[in-house]
Amino acid sequence: MIRAILLGASGLSILISLGIVLSLIFQAFTFVTSIDLGQLFAEGWFPRRGMFSIPTVLVGSLLVTVIAIAVAAPVGLASAIYLSEYAGPRTRTVVKPILEILAGIPSVVLGFFALTVINPRFVHALFPDATGPTILAAGIGVGILTIPLVASVSEDAMRAVPQALREASYGLGARRITTSLRVVVPAGISGIVAALILAVSRAIGETMVVALAAGATAGSLFTVDPLGPGQTLTGAMASLAAGSDQVTGSTSAFLSLFFLGFVLFLITLGLNLLGDTFVRRTRQKY
Amino acid sequence: MSTTQAVTAGAVHRSLQGKRIDLVGYVFSGLLLASLLFTLAILAVLVGDQFQRGLPVLVERGTDMLTSSLSSRPDRAGVLQGLVGTAMLAVMVSVIAFPIGILTAIYLEEYAPANRLTRAIDVNIRNLAGVPSVVYGLLGLAVFVALFQAIGVGNGRNILSGGLTLAVLILPLVIITSAEAIRAVPNSIREAGYGIGASRWQVVRKLVLPSAVPGILTGTVLALSRALGETAPLILAGAVLGSFSTAGGIGNLFGGPYTALPIIVFDWARKPQDEFRALTSAAIIVLLAVTLIANAFAIFLRNRYDRKW
Repeated sequence: MIRAILLGASGLSILISLGIVLSLIFQAFTFVTSIDLGQLFAEGWFPRRGMFSIPTVLVGSLLVTVIAIAVAAPVGLASAIYLSEYAGPRTRTVVKPILEILAGIPSVVLGFFALTVINPRFVHALFPDATGPTILAAGIGVGILTIPLVASVSEDAMRAVPQALREASYGLGARRITTSLRVVVPAGISGIVAALILAVSRAIGETMVVALAAGATAGSLFTVDPLGPGQTLTGAMASLAAGSDQVTGSTSAFLSLFFLGFVLFLITLGLNLLGDTFVRRTRQKY
Repeated sequence: MSTTQAVTAGAVHRSLQGKRIDLVGYVFSGLLLASLLFTLAILAVLVGDQFQRGLPVLVERGTDMLTSSLSSRPDRAGVLQGLVGTAMLAVMVSVIAFPIGILTAIYLEEYAPANRLTRAIDVNIRNLAGVPSVVYGLLGLAVFVALFQAIGVGNGRNILSGGLTLAVLILPLVIITSAEAIRAVPNSIREAGYGIGASRWQVVRKLVLPSAVPGILTGTVLALSRALGETAPLILAGAVLGSFSTAGGIGNLFGGPYTALPIIVFDWARKPQDEFRALTSAAIIVLLAVTLIANAFAIFLRNRYDRKW
């Protein structure tokens, strides 16, 4: 009896996955069959005018992700090395909860921060040519959001490196920097790579920062300029759903939501599976 | 010969006694520390910025800001509906996701045989945890909104859809953290129970769960705090800046349009007027208070009850 209840609860997670996959596939398929394939390669993403340029949103997502990783990778990894190899236990007990608090800040708050502080005070100050909202500001905001993820996953990987390796290194007379960079980091590289892959997945799927700070509300022309506004996979979904005319029913614009969601789901699923294999490799090693 | 010896001895002596300054090492550790401080500084600037802009509004308006309804006039607008909506969502998420998540974790850790089905469930849950929250919003739109629309609960874009969507969203997180807490209970405790003739359920209920409760509680509270800050899935699943109304009976509270704190923040953040900027910051302070208090409570619980077996 109890076993049946418990198994039933567990089975629900399978049901949820099926629900996600089926609802995405079904409606995405309806979308693709309801439009001209040429519409997927229009000059821009303007769903209400029947322009569903996939390259526009993919390149937008790619730009945001590259910028985010350029922020999160160095800062997150350096923080992880410091926490794992340099900081004393007291520093760690103070700093780690603070990092968790940063990880717990709602993304809509970071979006507002990117819009009102990062963009005018940092991006516009550095690049006087930029005027309105910029992809760069959104990317930096997403990057800040992923710093705690990079830091905590890669710190776990480095702390899992056996103490014996560090002692052997110090025994040979190596300095702390040598031990950190030539012994601990290579030994924990699987976990560090996993951290970065998960960060990429998280950055691609991040919605609210882009929706608020990237500045393309109704749509966007194809662009590769990080100093202008742009549209991403997730940003396009948010602005479709939050638009003033509340997209409903079975119009192409409404169905395109599910197509975008399906593309996003496939990308993040692939990245997460890849990241998982790296995480498992660290666990097996020692 | 003897001079070579003396020179060597001198070099060894110097290298043992002398203070070499490891410049590269200092610069390196300085850079690492700077990165860490940079991260902490961002947090300080972010929170400080909201307080600088939003606190005057909160001080001037007092509790009026919390008890006023939404309005297009910045001097009158308040977050009451958001507070009500977020509170209702919190209750729904707790009632739905916590029991199912904890039961699943118990099954996976204590009952599940090591077969292919168990492995499939396990892998599946890990993958669900990595699905972007906006995709859960689509699930809510395609399943819950459509379902409530079909059975005639308004147009389906109601707080029931929103609550179910958020519950499904944090379910994997609840399962994973609860399973970790249960796994951390040492086997000797279980063996002691079986040794005095307890059944498996008795062992789970009387021995394993009580020991795992602090860990489970921490995980569930963190998951709840994450759910309350989520915006994208609610937007997709149809949350608007709607007012709650009990005009058509209590059913309308659940069946009609609704809103939540993060939705209000999102909407106000997009308004161009300066007054709304300050108001947005004030709403963010309220939102942060809700989520960060939950977070801090969870971290406190963990540090308080963290025990090494």
